[in-house]
Amino acid sequence: MDLKYWMGLLIILIIVIAVLTFGTGTDYERIVIAGSTSVQPVAEKLAEKYMQEHPDVRIDVMGGGSGLGIRSVSQDIIAIGTSSKALDQSENPGLTNYTIGKEGIVVAVSVDNSVDDLTKSQLKDIFSGKITNWKEVGGPDAKINLVIREDGSGTRKAFEDLVMDKTEVKSDAVVQTSTESIKLAVKQDPNAIGYISLAHMTPDVKALKIDGITPSLETITDNSYLLQRPFLFVTNGKPEGEVKKFIEWCLSPEGQDIVKEEKIVPIIT
Amino acid sequence: MSKWDEEYFIEKGLLLTAISSIIIIALIIIFIFREGIPALQSAGVFNFLFGMDWAPTDGKYGIFPMIIGSLGITALSLLMAVPLGVLCAIFLAEIAPANMRKILNPTIQTLSGIPSVVYGFFGLVLLVPFMRTQFGGTGFSMFTASVILTVMILPIIVSVSEDALRSIPQEYKEASLALGATHWQTIKNVIFPAAIPGIITSIILGMGRAIGETLAIIMVAGNVVQIPNSIFDPVRALTSNIAIEMGYATGVHYNALFATGIILVFMIIVLLVIANYFHYKKKVTIGGGYL
Repeated sequence: MDLKYWMGLLIILIIVIAVLTFGTGTDYERIVIAGSTSVQPVAEKLAEKYMQEHPDVRIDVMGGGSGLGIRSVSQDIIAIGTSSKALDQSENPGLTNYTIGKEGIVVAVSVDNSVDDLTKSQLKDIFSGKITNWKEVGGPDAKINLVIREDGSGTRKAFEDLVMDKTEVKSDAVVQTSTESIKLAVKQDPNAIGYISLAHMTPDVKALKIDGITPSLETITDNSYLLQRPFLFVTNGKPEGEVKKFIEWCLSPEGQDIVKEEKIVPIIT
Repeated sequence: MSKWDEEYFIEKGLLLTAISSIIIIALIIIFIFREGIPALQSAGVFNFLFGMDWAPTDGKYGIFPMIIGSLGITALSLLMAVPLGVLCAIFLAEIAPANMRKILNPTIQTLSGIPSVVYGFFGLVLLVPFMRTQFGGTGFSMFTASVILTVMILPIIVSVSEDALRSIPQEYKEASLALGATHWQTIKNVIFPAAIPGIITSIILGMGRAIGETLAIIMVAGNVVQIPNSIFDPVRALTSNIAIEMGYATGVHYNALFATGIILVFMIIVLLVIANYFHYKKKVTIGGGYL
């Protein structure tokens, strides 16, 4: 055979050996976190800070949704699943959950909307389609345009559990697949109404008061603002080793400070 | 190693690369069917295809509104893109001076290189508010989606049609002009009819892209599972349905999304067969071969 072929084979062999030696040369512990996209930003911040203090640990944070997080952790694909809705213990025996913070759900309208305040039952009537015009809740004579999240979204599930009380959401509501696109749709349309998480709240949309209470860290901590949900870290069984240390660190004052910086309501104050 | 061995290995190697695409497609189809069939069995094929309600949490899996949504968006965008694209191709192939073509061709190619998420974002920020102020409603609609799709499939239709028009032998054009036909008469009666198979190919390719597009559609179509009363109502496409809910789906819901994929594959196969039929039917035969 030609010398060229042998050279080619030799190069391939060198590459394969190089990949095998350097690619698997890991001397740190790896923790994979996945789940709710609402929990993702705060989990990333926590992971980043923790890795700075513990260079021998590597934490990868991924999204995918609460359902995926719980499914993956119960199949032992990942170490920690995150969820933004309370865990149904009967459905998931063996899973341990830790509340790392609480979060408010903000009902957002355009800054041009004259309505400031809704009651929880008005909110329910709006999203179920019983109230279809802003003038019925003290606004201008204009049709209410609903913007909701997709079926399966943690924010949607939380909103429906908290507000809708098993009533169906109006079927012609526009569906957007992320918090940012909900905000964009609400910002542009003076007659739109949607829900987002408090952490994503910015002044370009207006947060409505619910039953007279403005959503804020304080009103969520004292439970006076009604639309709130827990942020959970879920493990399969009792956590051990680095995973346990990380979760304990998240619940320590140091970790909770980071939670607070992310506009999530810490569980210890 | 002898000369013969080398020849043998190269031939087999090339064969392997050629059939790899067939193997890949077969594997994908087998996988989609394996994952999707359970949903079709539990919901019933008829109920799945013609059911009006899609409520996975209540165990209702009807995708008819989404079939209508996908077909509606695709038809509407073809309605706009085909005349625009074919006329543009005629201009580029027959009328445009060389230096103008030098500007137009790269521009159109750039259009096809823009990622779909950018189109979707553009639509969400500019087109949706425009549609709302012009036509009322929320601005998220079948029409908005098809306008974005029109821009996305235009480059395919233009470039493939232009190639088809250019591949017509120069003798055809010369003969027509020599008979006293004007340039327009030549285009209309000779060049265009001879290029029809190629133009149909361009429409097939455009249609394939339109029906398969997901991300841009999710961002501007509103994703409401309903049969639209007008083109300004929001709709959900089959592709969007899979992409929106895949992250959350478990059990039958998960299978139902794969079943949605089966329907999508079938729809594309049927459309391809129809389009191919017209493609061959319109072929111009000259002597022993055809164009």
